[in-house]
Amino acid sequence: MTHLQVNGQTRKADVPDDMPLLWALRDELGMTGTKFGCGISVCGACMVHIDGEPVRACVTPVSAAAGREISTIEGMETDRIGQAVQQAWVENNVAQCGYCQAGQIMAAVSLLKTTPAPTEQQIDDAMSGNICRCGTYPRIRAAIKQAAGRLGAGGQS
Amino acid sequence: MTATVRLSRRAFLQGSLGVLTLAVTSSGLVRAADADVPKYGADSMPGGTVDDPLVFVSIAEDGTVAIVAHRAEMGTGVRTSLPMVVADEMEALWERVEVVQAEADEGRYGNQNVDGSRSVRHFLMPMRRVGAAARQMLEAAAAARWSVPVSEVRAVQHEVLHEPGGRRLGFGELAADAARQPVPAADALKLKAREDFRYIGNDKVRLVDLEAIGKGEAVYGMDMRLPGMVHAVVARPPVVGGKLRRFDGSKALTIPGVLKLVEIPAFQGAPAFQPLGGIAVVARNTWAAIQGRDALDIEWDDGPNGSYDSVAYREELEAAARAPGKLMRDQGNVAEAWAEAPEAERLAAEYYIPHLAHASMEPPVATVRIEDGRAEVWTSVQNPAAAQAAVAQRLKFEPGKVKVKVLLLGGGFGRKSKPDFVDEAAIVAQAMPEGTPVKLVWTREDDIQHDYLHTVSVERLEAVIDGSGQVQSWLHRSASPTIASLFVEGAKGQQITESAMSAINMPYVIPNVRVETAEVAAHARIGWFRSVANIPHAFAAQCFIAELAHRAGKDHRQFALDLIGPARRIDPGMMADTWNYTESPERIRAQMEGGAIMGLSLALASEISFEKGRVRQSNFHDYEVLRHQASPRVIRTHLVNDDHDLPPGGVGEPPVPPVAPALCNAIFAATGKRVRSLPVRTVA
Repeated sequence: MTHLQVNGQTRKADVPDDMPLLWALRDELGMTGTKFGCGISVCGACMVHIDGEPVRACVTPVSAAAGREISTIEGMETDRIGQAVQQAWVENNVAQCGYCQAGQIMAAVSLLKTTPAPTEQQIDDAMSGNICRCGTYPRIRAAIKQAAGRLGAGGQS
Repeated sequence: MTATVRLSRRAFLQGSLGVLTLAVTSSGLVRAADADVPKYGADSMPGGTVDDPLVFVSIAEDGTVAIVAHRAEMGTGVRTSLPMVVADEMEALWERVEVVQAEADEGRYGNQNVDGSRSVRHFLMPMRRVGAAARQMLEAAAAARWSVPVSEVRAVQHEVLHEPGGRRLGFGELAADAARQPVPAADALKLKAREDFRYIGNDKVRLVDLEAIGKGEAVYGMDMRLPGMVHAVVARPPVVGGKLRRFDGSKALTIPGVLKLVEIPAFQGAPAFQPLGGIAVVARNTWAAIQGRDALDIEWDDGPNGSYDSVAYREELEAAARAPGKLMRDQGNVAEAWAEAPEAERLAAEYYIPHLAHASMEPPVATVRIEDGRAEVWTSVQNPAAAQAAVAQRLKFEPGKVKVKVLLLGGGFGRKSKPDFVDEAAIVAQAMPEGTPVKLVWTREDDIQHDYLHTVSVERLEAVIDGSGQVQSWLHRSASPTIASLFVEGAKGQQITESAMSAINMPYVIPNVRVETAEVAAHARIGWFRSVANIPHAFAAQCFIAELAHRAGKDHRQFALDLIGPARRIDPGMMADTWNYTESPERIRAQMEGGAIMGLSLALASEISFEKGRVRQSNFHDYEVLRHQASPRVIRTHLVNDDHDLPPGGVGEPPVPPVAPALCNAIFAATGKRVRSLPVRTVA
């Protein structure tokens, strides 16, 4: 039995140690906001934060996540930066099919937590691991800038 | 100089299409038939259109207006935009509208297949009629309640008003009476004037799923969960048409969580929408199923496509493109013009585009439960009726015994109109204890290696351009396996429907034109990918026009505009949209941006190739697609010609094809190097 701290709550999962966190979240805990896209950490659809660091859940065994703070898209509403990013995503009508957007948002939140006013290059570097086949990249960029602007205007906390 | 033969392009196309109708039905069959009365547009689609308000609209006593979205959402916004049209026409307040996703039922809702950029084109007017009829029924109910002439009442924002009497009733209060009113006849419908639209054309309405998507709450096919659900993945033959020779599943069955192995039969005849065959591994969770599959020991019989090799096949296509092919369009005398032209006035070039995989971010996935002679399906498909037909045929059920519930699609691009994966899930569900829900997932490797691929093609163009820079003759010969091979074993050569796309119907007015297709065999499942044969045809034709302009020493843009002629000239924008009815301008922009990026993706990065019959690529590390750092940071879309007197156009596919030729022509302008083979990275 593995104990996972997900969005501030302790969840139990009866899974083998080597099961990727992605499948533990989706199949065992019923948290389907974190998406399956590639399974080999090249598309970013499964991005979560572990102890604040962006991590690909599809290649992270539950044993490596146990006892650490896991944040998923479902927890972003209660995060100041997460909320600002989600709001900017809505205001810029970013999503088309929307499937990759949870991962994109998790990557953007991670970027803004360490880099409150990212340059174009910093956005490229932080976001290029997240694929969108619908081609929403320009709007994602606009939404990140808008969220950064709002968070900056609201003062650093 | 040969005689000019004037032939209306439209008349030619209609005549040609009227002779041979190639119909892909929901069961995946092709009918080639003489059509006495050709049907066009929505009328030519299975199920046609339905505009009955009693089918699409229901109003609760509390005033909540439920509007049916009968077409699947794959990212174009149709689940929002068509219900929005209904709400606007009926004067419903959008914040009091609930969108209800329809199950598969083309008899009830009309056509539900979201292939072909058709949703707004075909259903804008039926949905306007649905809304107008609902509004008029509410007005009639109110007039009867008040015993006043219906001409004195009008619906305004979720209420019906009788201004002379100062009375008003909410939609909820009128719902029961309105439902008993006769549905107005088509000629009695009063559609709104354009200036009265509240939502159409002004972007006030956001996607119904937008907030849920950002919170991770939107439910895609991949997110389906049911009590007692088991998970399956399939080991498929690596070569199309391959079969299982023998397998040993004993090791797989020792993986904790693995429950059962189920053999999927190989397809018979043409592939159509049948599963490829193989062994399904059923497990308690996806991870166990994947591990179980990795532990299978399988020997395949590759069959006749086991030698398919993309390098050798390209040479075959090139040879075919240099020999006469099957005639698709003939105007004037291209052979004579070419033969009579001096060498200096001839220009020929060949262009290559490889196979492409759709690679939607959500791989194919379906959940099926069979119980008491009924099947329930939860899946993300573009063509729900095709999924229903496939499962019904597999289980030998009447279609009415198969419910297909449509969840959000994580992209589609043409892949998810083929329900082979739903059929696989039905086969596995049939092998499990009655009532067991089976979710069958394709991994990314499955998706890349077993796709219904975009065709591969060599396009040969030959032109005669005289000393004054006039194009006298144009030959376009395509050597490319046809989509028809999916449905008819051994079919060779493009069909008229494929050849029409940007080859037969290229926009230039030239005296002598000939379009041919080489009859080459397919060795993979050839499907349709966003904008289909327009991709290779437009790449070749629009690059070649630039080459001709260069030969003539003329400005490319002016040269092309002169060849189009004044009647069909439009103002070119960076991404100009020429459609006539900007119902959701913001979503049109989204489609233009996304289509441009998909076009850049295929121009710069993407390639599927075969070796020993097997796809060489397996995931996004080697099947490359555009990422943030290579994407344009801003894409500007200019919407032109918002003329509501003309029918609406579709926007899903048109932005894709122009990008690759524009890019390659720009590369020539910048570097002097012609790129005639995609993706660009392979020649850089």
